[in-house]
Amino acid sequence: MSFLTHEPYRLLLALVAVLAFVGVNAMYLVLAERKGAGRFQRRPGPNEAGYGGWLQPVADVAKMLSKQLLVPPGTDTILFRLAPLIVLAPAMMCLAVVPFSDTLTARDVNFGLLMVFSFGSINVLAVMLSGWSSRNKYAIISAARVVSQNVAYEIPMLLVAITLLMITGTMDLNEIVRQQAGGFWHWNLFRVWVNPLMPVTFVIYFICMLAETNRAPFDMAEAESELVAGAFTEYAGMGFGVFFMAEYANIVLGCSLATVLFLGGWQSPIGVLSGVVWFLLKMYALVFTVIWVRWTFPRTQFYALLNLSWKILIPISLFTLLLSGALLKLFHA
Amino acid sequence: MNPTLDQLCDQFGRLVATGPSGSRPPSNPPAPDAPPAPIQRTEHAAKGYDLEVTVAPTAVVMAAEIMDRAGFALDAITGVDWIAQEQMEVVYDYFHPTAPGRVAVRTRVPRARPEVPTIAAVYPGANWHERETHDFFGLVFAGHPDLSPFLLPEDATFHPLRKDYQP
Amino acid sequence: MNAVDPTVRPGVNETFVLNLGPQHPAAHGVLRVKMTMDGEYVMRAEPVIGYIHRMHEKMGENRTWAQFLPNTGRIDYLSALHYNHAYVAAVERALKIEVPRRAEFLRVITSEMNRISSHLVWWSAYLIDLGGLTPLLYAFDDREKLLDLLEAVTGSRLTYTYFRFGGVYNDVDEAFVRGTRQFVREFRPRLKMYRDLVTTNIILRKRLEAIGPISAELCRKYGATGPVLRGAGVAYDVRRAEPYSVYPELEFEIPTRREGDSMARYLVHMAELEQSLRIIEQGLDKLPEGPVMGKVPRVLRPPAGDYCFAVEAARGRFMVRLVSDGKDVPYRVKLRTPSFSNLSLFEEASRGMILPDALALMGSLDLVIPDIDR
Repeated sequence: MSFLTHEPYRLLLALVAVLAFVGVNAMYLVLAERKGAGRFQRRPGPNEAGYGGWLQPVADVAKMLSKQLLVPPGTDTILFRLAPLIVLAPAMMCLAVVPFSDTLTARDVNFGLLMVFSFGSINVLAVMLSGWSSRNKYAIISAARVVSQNVAYEIPMLLVAITLLMITGTMDLNEIVRQQAGGFWHWNLFRVWVNPLMPVTFVIYFICMLAETNRAPFDMAEAESELVAGAFTEYAGMGFGVFFMAEYANIVLGCSLATVLFLGGWQSPIGVLSGVVWFLLKMYALVFTVIWVRWTFPRTQFYALLNLSWKILIPISLFTLLLSGALLKLFHA
Repeated sequence: MNPTLDQLCDQFGRLVATGPSGSRPPSNPPAPDAPPAPIQRTEHAAKGYDLEVTVAPTAVVMAAEIMDRAGFALDAITGVDWIAQEQMEVVYDYFHPTAPGRVAVRTRVPRARPEVPTIAAVYPGANWHERETHDFFGLVFAGHPDLSPFLLPEDATFHPLRKDYQP
Repeated sequence: MNAVDPTVRPGVNETFVLNLGPQHPAAHGVLRVKMTMDGEYVMRAEPVIGYIHRMHEKMGENRTWAQFLPNTGRIDYLSALHYNHAYVAAVERALKIEVPRRAEFLRVITSEMNRISSHLVWWSAYLIDLGGLTPLLYAFDDREKLLDLLEAVTGSRLTYTYFRFGGVYNDVDEAFVRGTRQFVREFRPRLKMYRDLVTTNIILRKRLEAIGPISAELCRKYGATGPVLRGAGVAYDVRRAEPYSVYPELEFEIPTRREGDSMARYLVHMAELEQSLRIIEQGLDKLPEGPVMGKVPRVLRPPAGDYCFAVEAARGRFMVRLVSDGKDVPYRVKLRTPSFSNLSLFEEASRGMILPDALALMGSLDLVIPDIDR
């Protein structure tokens, strides 16, 4: 099997693995969300298809694939069909650089942080395209909301990323994880001698991640009670399914990044036996928290959401950036 | 004794006596031994309201203004089709949010020309009540901003609660 | 935070009409609201009703007095017993029928249980509008217990026709009394949980505080009653203004808030749950022995004239005006429903509001569309 170490084959296999990871995650995270929602609401959730509902995603996919791909008249057909394709691509590309373990990275580049944050913004474009090309007033309102919300929450997220960049001194995600070796006290979350507000930074990152992926309590874009399905109202069948997959892929990406940047990635909390299992455990714990938050809180108003970002999160993250810079210069130069 | 109701009796007394086109309004059917007075105190336990005033159709707006000044709120506007007497009756029910007292103001119009001035300028809530009464009876509320069908379909031309309505 | 934008001038900026159509997750039933919007701001919200108009008032003229009774449960299906009460009491008023005390207490106890179950549905639906999808399951858990108790006594889960002229049709047994007392015991801690988890939640408070102010004068001009009026500072409750049944013998407060915003209406609703529990407890304590049906004439022919009766339904003041001409079929049945008047002020109250706030205001009015359309 020596051809497996040959770089092009290894890359191909890794990319296929990433695609498979995204696909399976999207399918089974939907189930996890529905089961979680059920349990939070004191009911079992889907439990008919397969034992305990394990075949529910298969049934869902089969249902979606069998639906007609409607393109309503009057829409911009090229953009309408293009939007679902664009929305899924960034998540997959970014997951290709996330280190699942010491050796399990689809493509180990030394500017991973930069790449993730640049590509991560593309899905906003896709949602905007879908909303605009649908020729539906609800969709347009929703698309406008998505754009302003995502723009507002990109900024604190980038400020957090820059803070981390300064502290860790590298953009290579694998290097960032290696710096957090040892016990859990070495994780970036507890690196308070450089940035005393590090836990706050983590919370800011988590909130921004919720807002970027349009999850409750920031799901103005698809506030079902107000805008039916928001930007995706006119999509049917697999088109809608792709948007759904993209949402969960973005959640997985956001939680993976949070794990890598703050929680030590694949490092074990006790210093030994590190590996991919720890990465997955931490990531899925964060995903569980995301699901938990969605079913617990009501939705904020749109202007309250923007106020939170512009008036609270940005000043705090700017302050942490300056604080870390100052401390780095004074004590750790 | 209820001071609000006493004051209202005085004001309505003046309205009925000196109000516009003061021809004596006809009595409620079926008539008891004597025709009832235009202003009547009633027993709340027996009827559900304390004061009943009968006015001419043109005095309806002034009656509403009296009630508004006394602080009453509009409860309901009811239309009744007295086909045997060739008349339609409109009953305005008022209740007071902070004082006891329920008042009913009645008026009658001929069935051939069922027109009553609108009180929507005094009570904005009357807008919807009058539109519904027009839907059901064909009563025209002169001065109403929009008497298009409300509960009935937009293209309805019939008035179901009239006694001679054939579906 | 005031969401009305003073720089938006109608007619100058481009507006479009957004149809919050009859099929919409936020419209509580088949209500259509034609909203003329300027961006996200509502310039004019015009409710279009009549999608579930069944013409109960005409049905009243084609059925005997007793045959119309089941209709009353279908007008506002969530608080059917209150509507039963108004109609039977109006006819009892006309025919001067005496209702035995046990029946009166049973009417009050079951009506208050109905009020609790109606408010639980309002609470669940309102929170779904605001994005919190979980409280529905918890509220319906409590409601299920209420519905089981009421089903054992009345035979129905939702559209009750339990009251009859002269009393109620079925007596209650020891199991009902025990079950209701147990429900009251178990529900109070649940109210505390709802308060801690939902009412004090910062996101909910930001969503409702200072949103959708409705003044007492606006309520008076439109005839709005119920929690809308009580949330505006006016302590108006038909059970105290025009006392009926055995409410004068029971001690309860009229929850009132002065702010007049959506949070005030929300808190009035939640406080009414506690007051209903008090009434149920007192009713069970004072429940006398005796018959549950009074003497009713075989043929019901109320004397000619008109009769009114008003009750405090879950949504506000419900009044029945009956016009009789001495026959065994009513001459006219007028149903004055609370949601009709409450919705009529929506157009004026929502001018200039941003869409999510307008929807929060509409949810706080506690509308049931069949109640509006009859």
